[in-house]
Amino acid sequence: MLPHEIRQKLTLEIAACEHAREKAIDVMYILQRHYGYLSDEAVHEAAGLLSMTPLELEELATFYDFIYREPVGEYVIHVCDGVVCWMHHEQAVFEYLCRKLGVGLGETTADGLFTLLPTACIGDCHQAPSMLINGKFYGLLTPEKIDVILEQLVCESCNPVLTR
Amino acid sequence: MTDMSELVLFKNRRPDKAATFEEYRQSGGYEALTAVVGKLSPKDVQQQVLDAGLKGRGGAGFPAGRKWAGVPETGHFPRYILPNTDEMEPGTFKDRILVNADPHLVLEGIILTAYAVSAEKGIFFIRPSYEHDAELIEQELEVARQANFLGKNILGSTFSFDLVVHRSGGRYICGEASAQINAIQGRRPNPRKGGPHMAEQGLWKKPTIVNNVETLACVPGIIRHGAAWFKGLSATPTGAGTKLYCVSGMVQRPDCYELPIGTRLSEIIDGSAGGLSPGSTFKACLPGGASTSFMPKQFIDVEMDFDPLKKIGHRLGTGAIMVFDQNTCLVAATINLIEYFARESCGWCTPCREGLPFILELLRAIECGEGKEEYIPLLRRMAGHMNHAYCAFAPGAVQPVYGLLNYFEEEIREHISQKKCPFGVVPQGSCQTVWANRGNGLYPGAANTKDKFASCPI
Ligand SMILES: Cc1cc2nc3c(=O)[nH]c(=O)nc-3n(C[C@H](O)[C@H](O)[C@H](O)COP(=O)(O)O)c2cc1C
Ligand code: SF4
Ligand code: FES
Repeated sequence: MLPHEIRQKLTLEIAACEHAREKAIDVMYILQRHYGYLSDEAVHEAAGLLSMTPLELEELATFYDFIYREPVGEYVIHVCDGVVCWMHHEQAVFEYLCRKLGVGLGETTADGLFTLLPTACIGDCHQAPSMLINGKFYGLLTPEKIDVILEQLVCESCNPVLTR
Repeated sequence: MTDMSELVLFKNRRPDKAATFEEYRQSGGYEALTAVVGKLSPKDVQQQVLDAGLKGRGGAGFPAGRKWAGVPETGHFPRYILPNTDEMEPGTFKDRILVNADPHLVLEGIILTAYAVSAEKGIFFIRPSYEHDAELIEQELEVARQANFLGKNILGSTFSFDLVVHRSGGRYICGEASAQINAIQGRRPNPRKGGPHMAEQGLWKKPTIVNNVETLACVPGIIRHGAAWFKGLSATPTGAGTKLYCVSGMVQRPDCYELPIGTRLSEIIDGSAGGLSPGSTFKACLPGGASTSFMPKQFIDVEMDFDPLKKIGHRLGTGAIMVFDQNTCLVAATINLIEYFARESCGWCTPCREGLPFILELLRAIECGEGKEEYIPLLRRMAGHMNHAYCAFAPGAVQPVYGLLNYFEEEIREHISQKKCPFGVVPQGSCQTVWANRGNGLYPGAANTKDKFASCPI
């Protein structure tokens, strides 16, 4: 169940809109942040709030890259597989991360900390190869740099941003 | 020469921080808005932009003034303006740098455009990877409101306009204007077709103008300095303004450069971007994002503007130049591009949904040494079918395939006759060696995954 405060805040925001559906993506992001992913329960709750059918909402949820219909780790690593990163051996970045984290693409580490996903060009091509972790850019990747980045994240307390 | 040209859009660009409202003001910011609101008519503003010859920077190059003139003069309110910062065209990062460098330049451009078409609401469409931009814009919108450049009765006039940020869920097709309208309306973002033009019936069936943010950022300069000044910025007699060229790939200084539109490709690559990376020689480039065709060396001196590129059968697109060197297998590069397009296809129409995966299969077979001679004409025929697709996505997607066929057929043939990729061995000293044999220092609990991933085909 969605906590009362979140529900009330969303209800007010939606009511202030000319068209409730305008808020669909924002609502999905907020529920996703609350539950850690857009669970079936979240789809139903979001649909209710937006006066949409769950199917209409599902149509959107399954379309977008940054809406997660399955559980993800606290940190979502989006490695760019665009053509410029490809030129700079993005495949090696994947292999390195897979090996280091012990997961395949699309999988989450056993401790629930990291999910590894490929993504379309992230607009950081001048720093290829590049990746996003919870929406933050990391470019000019090398194995050493990845080691340092991951180590820092493991130490830091988690601070997820909206887009995760 | 190129380093000395006038900076208009990047005048306030600094390495690490966005120009503040005050800094933008000091550089003449919001003077155009002050000169316009309540003093010039919307038609006058439209006319100036039309005279300046400003062409859309989002990919299609449609004249901005003509687009705005499509909004019916009377009736039909509210009207909307959608500043497009979806920017998912691979190789393109200009809008991100622009918004981060000088957010108020973009905002002033949006407000002037709203004035020109009497729009009262703007919806700033931003992709999720650019969350930082979304937050920055939201923060600066408030600053602009405080100064009465935005909101009710701007500068004491009868003109009211406000802007909100719309965060996308992230899909390439959302950058396409009609799909973007569906996305904002909370519908699955398939493109729309037919019916009245969006300038008459767009978002919520009201007049709507979709413009790229680089296009919009050109408007304050045009109003302040005039149409002739804007035309004079160009390197070619037919062009107008400056252009943000993103340069990436195998060059010394990959970055986004503001240069006179029509600057020669060779000047951009060898001048601004410092030439090819050590050990690399130029093989080909994509001149304007992934939806443009490979251009081989013979075109290296082309003027990077809409008309000169059109004349040689190419497109300026987004002006994102991606440079490939002699060690790159262009069949493999095309596979990467078509993988992207096949994944991003919205799936609405058959040629695109079914055709792109088929093209991908043919290319993969060729790359793996299982290609046949008849695949070459078959590729061309399949690419041709994309003209029957519902939107401009699919014809754009096959541009690199045409480039491969038109200029590098010999390379395809080598794959077929040698029954393998001729680039099979990656040269020593490339970045591959940086990555080789790593993987110690496993993350705690890492399982043995050696069978989980395949290795790079080249
Ligand atoms: C598949 C596809 C993706 C597009 N993506 C973008 C984009 O990310 N940003 C953009 O400004 N225009 C994009 N466009 C072009 C828009 O449809 C539209 O023409 C443009 O935003 C208009 O702005 P302009 O006239 O200022 O160039 C895309 C077009 C297509 C067909
Ligand atoms: S061409 Fe592709 S992206 Fe465009 S409508 Fe058809 S399936 Fe969708
Ligand atoms: S191709 Fe990787 S950031 Fe653009």
